[in-house]
Amino acid sequence: MATDITMPQLGESVTEGTITKWLKAPGDSVDKYEPLCEVATDKVNAEVPAVMSGTMTEIVTEEGVTVAVGEIICRIDDAQGKGGEGASSAKKEEPAYDHAGTTARSDSAASHTETNSDSSMKRRYSPAVLQLAEKHHIDLEQVDGSGRGGRITRKDIQKVIESGGTSQRQPSTTPEVPSMKQDETKEATPTFNQKESTPVQTSTPSHGLEPGDTEVPLSSVRKTIAQRMVQSKHEAPHAWTMVQADVSGLVKLREKLKGDFKKQEGISLTYMPFFIKAVVDTLKEFPKVNAVWGGDKIILKKRINISIAVATDEALYVPVIKDADEKSILGIAKAVHHLAEKTRAGKLTMDDLAGGTFTVNNTGSFGSIASQPIINQPQAAIISMESIVKQPVIKDDMIAIRDLVNLCLSLDHRILDGLMAGRFLARVKERLEAYTPESTI
Amino acid sequence: MPVISYIDAVTQALREEMQRDEKVFVLGEDVGVRGGVFRATDGLYKEFGAERVIDTPLTESAIAGVAIGASVYGMRPVAEMQFADFIMPAYNQIVSEAAKMRYRSNNDWHCPLVIRAPYGGGVHGALYHSQSVEKLFAGVPGLKIVMPSTPYDVKGLLKSAIRDEDPVLFFEHKRCYRLIKGEVPTEDYTVPIGKAEVKREGDDVTVISYGLSLHFALKAAEDLEKEGISVHVLDLRTIVPLDKEAILEATAKTGKVLIVHEDNLTGGFGGEVSAFITENAFFELDAPIRRLAGPDVPAMPYSPPLEKEFMLNPEKVKDAIRELAEF
Repeated sequence: MATDITMPQLGESVTEGTITKWLKAPGDSVDKYEPLCEVATDKVNAEVPAVMSGTMTEIVTEEGVTVAVGEIICRIDDAQGKGGEGASSAKKEEPAYDHAGTTARSDSAASHTETNSDSSMKRRYSPAVLQLAEKHHIDLEQVDGSGRGGRITRKDIQKVIESGGTSQRQPSTTPEVPSMKQDETKEATPTFNQKESTPVQTSTPSHGLEPGDTEVPLSSVRKTIAQRMVQSKHEAPHAWTMVQADVSGLVKLREKLKGDFKKQEGISLTYMPFFIKAVVDTLKEFPKVNAVWGGDKIILKKRINISIAVATDEALYVPVIKDADEKSILGIAKAVHHLAEKTRAGKLTMDDLAGGTFTVNNTGSFGSIASQPIINQPQAAIISMESIVKQPVIKDDMIAIRDLVNLCLSLDHRILDGLMAGRFLARVKERLEAYTPESTI
Repeated sequence: MPVISYIDAVTQALREEMQRDEKVFVLGEDVGVRGGVFRATDGLYKEFGAERVIDTPLTESAIAGVAIGASVYGMRPVAEMQFADFIMPAYNQIVSEAAKMRYRSNNDWHCPLVIRAPYGGGVHGALYHSQSVEKLFAGVPGLKIVMPSTPYDVKGLLKSAIRDEDPVLFFEHKRCYRLIKGEVPTEDYTVPIGKAEVKREGDDVTVISYGLSLHFALKAAEDLEKEGISVHVLDLRTIVPLDKEAILEATAKTGKVLIVHEDNLTGGFGGEVSAFITENAFFELDAPIRRLAGPDVPAMPYSPPLEKEFMLNPEKVKDAIRELAEF
């Protein structure tokens, strides 16, 4: 008996994944926990381990196809000691309903259309449903479920049977059953998916290609970035504000420390840990800024987990420094270094990317002096630290040359108002300006 | 047909059986002169005298033991435990003697006795006057356990119990005594032990219950009809022997089964029904079998709000049915 292997949940917010490479082919024997395929989900590449030992009998989802978590990706036959031939003979013993499911699925695998928002129970067939479907030769793929999560209920099947089954359905999809009780009109009458449905288009613009243009297919990371950015801009009303901080003291302090730091710790001392520390300490004073949007509520997060933006040539990643408030400048420096290395090596795990409560963006690293960052949803705000630039300023009625930096903050106006954001920024600025060459870290 | 109360059905059955067969006699605490604390034996002392309506000491082990001995000698005792809670001192007699008499004597001896006991809560009786005890006996082979919900069933089943050749535990829900009324024929009739009854037809969700909670299920079913949920209600009436055929039929009717009883969940009889269904009707199931039962706490609280929280009611049953209907 072949067992369906489904797309696993590879992270807290992951809803789908793209099979990038199959590591096993039909006929291969598979040990439990052995990787079956590589999947690009959301932002990370992961391997899907086998949940059981056996022989792979069928690949349901081809390479390059994106499927939702819980969808079947392949089948493994657990027939023990049957060898290569065993796989195919065991497959014949599969009950008919499984065959029905298989054929329909491969028809629509590339173009699975989701009519209901929640279809998590669509393929959870109860014993009663399976039995009826088998007996009456009903293709369950063609039946819409009226139960929770789109589950096909026994009643749904009974109605299909009453209306003549899936094979001989009439053009009019609503069966007329005069004897039906009045209260049943409230229930959704089962309808049938059009089998000849067209693949869903993920993007709308239809730019004509001109000679010399190159089409770049979207990688799954790019797709995710696109979707996240649109979602954030679309859902969160962004407000933006900027302050300027005089970090001359900090610049001198870093100059003084960086040589020894590099020698002792083996990593460079950048401004980033100082920025993060200032932000984290200020977040402790302003719990409302360390918050996420919860739909009908605001959730004030207890832990302070700082997302930091790390760019590679292809994409932008936002790994998280967990419990940043428990770390010293040195601890933060190490965490930043570690996460950046991991990102560039492509070794980030879902865990590295999950749980951020506030984002610090180091736009200054590539020379920017002002930016309007897009909020990392569902967080309340994002701060970007711009380039530190020497500028002439008036100090004590004299012209002085100081190191200035712009701190830019985008805030979700549903969660925060300008006043709170302004006070928050002012405290971050105070903290950064408080460093002197004599400060200890 | 006259409409009488649940407890009147008990009295009528006792009286008619005592008139029919002079071997039938009742015994228990205050069943005689007083006519029972719930008045179940009211008037019997006057009609049949002190020899057939016996006031006993406050010793449940003796009540059971005397009844067993008398039944072995050919009498038809109907022993009353004043409250089912007090049956515990008699447990040894019932389980080790009555239940096993026929088996261990290779059919030479048997115990045609009935032990009546009012059980259940919802009457502000607190911990010593509210327990459900059926699960303590349900797993003991050799005992029959009858738990009727309507006056008609009470009278018909009590008569069957008295006429049965083996020990029958007859559990009466005390909240039903004066709450539940129904039509009962005046002429002699019996309801067979071991037969469940469909109390309401429906095709969305099947509720299997007995006793007081059966009425909650019926009320819930009535209310839910307005919401478009059609509920099939099966009254087990007897939990041992179990009417397995009726359970399978009721399961097949909807494929979604809710079992409701006041006895607490863990080890409660619903688990047995559930296991039976999954073992025998797996391919009829359209949803996981659900149980709604009393909470796993030591006793019925005395505090009225807490008692209310402990007790089942139509609302709780409705929620559970809806949950299944939407599945």
